Amino acid sequence: MSHHRIKLITQIHFVLIWSEAFLKGDKSLSVNVSRSGSSLIHVVRKDEDIYSPILRKLFNESHHIFVGLQTIREDLPSKNKKPQFVSISKSYRSVIRACMEELQQVVSILLAIELIWNLCEVLFIDAVPAGSLLLHLLDWVRLHKADVDEKAREVLSSKLHNLVTYVLQGRLEEARQMLAKQAAQQYADKNMYKLMDNLLSKMPVYNPGSIHTLTEFDVKWRHWHEEVDRCLQDKSFASNVHLELICKILVGDEDTLLEHKELLSTWYHFLVTRLLFAHPTIKPTELHYYAQSCMAMFLDSRSAPETLDSILLAAFDFDIHQVIKDCSIALNNWWFVAHLTDLLDHCKLLQSHNLHFGSNLREFLLLEYASGLFNHHSLWQLAVDYFDHCPEFGRVYLELHIERVPLDTERKALKVLRICEQRQMPEQVRSICKIMAKRALRNNRLGSALSWSIRAKDAAFATLISERFLQDYCTRGTFSDLDLIDNLGPAMLLSDRLTFLVKYHEFHKLYGEKCFTEAAKLLLSLITAKIAPRSFWMTLLTDALPLLEQKEVSQTHPHLSLGLYDLTVICVFWSFQEEDIELTKVELLRLALARNLAKAIVKEGTVDA
Amino acid sequence: MESTNAKYVSQKISKTRWRPVSSSALQQPHIFATGSWDNEDNKISIWSIGDHGLPGMEDELEGDPQLLCEYRHDGDVLDLQFLDQDRIVTASSTGAVTIFHHHQNSQTISVARQWARAHRNPCDNAPCTGVVCNSPEIVTVGEDGRIILFRADQEGAVRIIENADSNSIHAVTFLRTTEILTVNSIGQLKLWDFRQQSSSPSQILSLTGDRVPLHCVARHPNQQHIVATGGQDGMLCVWDVRQGNTPFSLIEAHSAEMWEVHFHPTNPDHLFTCSEDGSLLHWETASHSDMPSFLQGGRNNSMISRSAMAPAGGNQSLISAWLAGDSGKGRLETTHMLPSQTLSVNSLDVLGQCLVCGTDEEAIFVNRQVPV
Repeated sequence: MSHHRIKLITQIHFVLIWSEAFLKGDKSLSVNVSRSGSSLIHVVRKDEDIYSPILRKLFNESHHIFVGLQTIREDLPSKNKKPQFVSISKSYRSVIRACMEELQQVVSILLAIELIWNLCEVLFIDAVPAGSLLLHLLDWVRLHKADVDEKAREVLSSKLHNLVTYVLQGRLEEARQMLAKQAAQQYADKNMYKLMDNLLSKMPVYNPGSIHTLTEFDVKWRHWHEEVDRCLQDKSFASNVHLELICKILVGDEDTLLEHKELLSTWYHFLVTRLLFAHPTIKPTELHYYAQSCMAMFLDSRSAPETLDSILLAAFDFDIHQVIKDCSIALNNWWFVAHLTDLLDHCKLLQSHNLHFGSNLREFLLLEYASGLFNHHSLWQLAVDYFDHCPEFGRVYLELHIERVPLDTERKALKVLRICEQRQMPEQVRSICKIMAKRALRNNRLGSALSWSIRAKDAAFATLISERFLQDYCTRGTFSDLDLIDNLGPAMLLSDRLTFLVKYHEFHKLYGEKCFTEAAKLLLSLITAKIAPRSFWMTLLTDALPLLEQKEVSQTHPHLSLGLYDLTVICVFWSFQEEDIELTKVELLRLALARNLAKAIVKEGTVDA
Repeated sequence: MESTNAKYVSQKISKTRWRPVSSSALQQPHIFATGSWDNEDNKISIWSIGDHGLPGMEDELEGDPQLLCEYRHDGDVLDLQFLDQDRIVTASSTGAVTIFHHHQNSQTISVARQWARAHRNPCDNAPCTGVVCNSPEIVTVGEDGRIILFRADQEGAVRIIENADSNSIHAVTFLRTTEILTVNSIGQLKLWDFRQQSSSPSQILSLTGDRVPLHCVARHPNQQHIVATGGQDGMLCVWDVRQGNTPFSLIEAHSAEMWEVHFHPTNPDHLFTCSEDGSLLHWETASHSDMPSFLQGGRNNSMISRSAMAPAGGNQSLISAWLAGDSGKGRLETTHMLPSQTLSVNSLDVLGQCLVCGTDEEAIFVNRQVPV
């Protein structure tokens, strides 16, 4: 049993005991708590997180009662106040009971799940053969009884009860020790105690590792059983009621066992005890017959079997699918059936039970469980691994769910993207990057928006953002976010507009560094490559203006000027059609161009000697 | 690892930090703070691993982190630093920067000061992604590209650098008392000098042609020009900020985003990194003698002679072992410090011989016997 489980049970046990003891006014326990240096509140806060919401209810509701108590009028005579005090006391207790019930509910569900899983492990996964089967079932029953009865054992202090309990659980060593103590006190029955001790010590217990076969064990056991029966027939223990009782149990007398229902507490304990003392070599296939009859004998014939009982019965019946089906219905979350079915599937115990939409049972349950996880604000990350291991529909489910994870921060978006990229989901990657890009754009974070579009390889959006950059330039006269634009590298080829933006900025840089020739060449290529948007042509030509005046350009690169001239002609014609072109600009351009052309013609015409 | 305890805490841990121990006391740290993320109600929590176990607890729980106190936190805790022994500064996904006060006598936490929308966008929240302290100064950075300088005792910001970055800034660290280094989502390191009034960085470094986002940055404790960065592709880079535009060492550390990198504060031949791929690695530069490599004389240490970029005129014996030209495996030992994880290790901190880290599997791991 895991350390965590022990801790869990102990802590719940502690809280439950404390509350009961407190109600009884058990001072010793409360002193213990305060001596440890912490109040109830401090200790309780150490519990597992799932319990704190329940205990918060305790604090809130009791606060309400407390305030009500303070407002009871002081001036009332005491005989009128008393019923109010009693009622307030009952209110406090009902609040405590409500919390206890909720906690108990959680614990009892966990106990039931553990019980079922343990039985499934014994019968299906471990699949122990006859002989060992009974030993495992004994362990199963003892464990469950220990879980449930920790509290009970402290309260029930009767020695006889303990003795009988030991025998019923097959714990004969402890029984012998108790008997030895009793024997020391009852000298008169010395011989009887000796005889009983002898019987108990000789009971054969199957040892799976021994060289003796099951048949040999069976023979030995039958001898022992006959001996016990003889003692009963001979009335060897007739004068000692307790020893006679134990003898009857050892012989497997059903009526005797049924008389001690409250010690057995469950029909499956009755079943295992009965098998221990009547059919210890039981085979797995024979289990269901005995299970049915034991349940029938133990339970009230009027009441219908509870869900847990039918599930256990189905397990004894080796009807795995029925177990899974009943658990799915009974429990309100898929955790248990999903994990158990997966394990059983790995043990190759489930037939390929095709459901009408074509996926198998294991996958269906895992998909249901994981879908539930995905709706949780935090646990969605766990669900991814579950979907990964559902070969038929897992991927589709993941694709649909992953796009719906809310993305509040870039860090979360990056984690989601990592999941998509690892599984080659380009559509989802694009869609997530686009969401982030849009959000950045909305907040005027153009640099961020551009980066996200580049990651999404979304040319259309990159174009949109580049347009925004260019508009900003037109209105402000300067570029923003130069650290980004200068360092785009090959990413700038994503969209024409983006390439233009980068190159245009490069042009300005070159101009600023007085590399006029390079600048002019770049400008020319920008114009001729036709990646400049039409709205920008005027700006480009205006930029060309000072260049045309530069000696360097006109004298050493006349073809540059000619190229610019070509374009200007086009633009000038175009400008006659557009209304809002500044005519002065056009005029200036034409003048500069004409002058340049003149110089160029002159130069070309001049022959260097 | 036998000396590593795992504790499941029902919240995804985004940051873990040891409370600083006073340098005079040679004790090991025993208190750490954690921040959570992706919850509807996030919290900062303070834990202890000392001999603070309640009497009556089983022996096996000794050394298990015990929760001392916690406090609700609005938004994801994206960064967390101790300002001093009692105060913690957090960076929130809502854009808020908060100073929490841990009252050790009553084991409670209260808010000492909050700058609610320190980082903001016109339409949405802008998460504050990084915070670094040099008491009483606090520097924060965020997805809005702002850098803000606060003082713990002043109500308004001391200085705001608007639009410091066109992209989101992911992390920040102090280089000197007046200089900081930021890393952003297009793979650039930017140096900022607060003595200058301009809003441009004094230097920009990046791997040419590479736009891989950088997520974390750490400065060598003794040598202020050496920094390590980790990025989206899991590459660990060690830079010398005085020299040029390229890192000295490029190591393929992880197969996914590296979230944090830390030099060991007293033993900087050791480096720790954690990643989205679920691993936490301990890097140790192996020297040929027992003396730490940076104290050895120049001639004997083969690492120095192989270093391609020795600073001209610099004291060779002070070259850190990290600045070797290549990351030859023979000289760098790597150890996995956690049993294999399926989900991300988001944060780590190391002090003395103690290491603490937090994961997306809602677990905290503490190792008290880190071999440094």
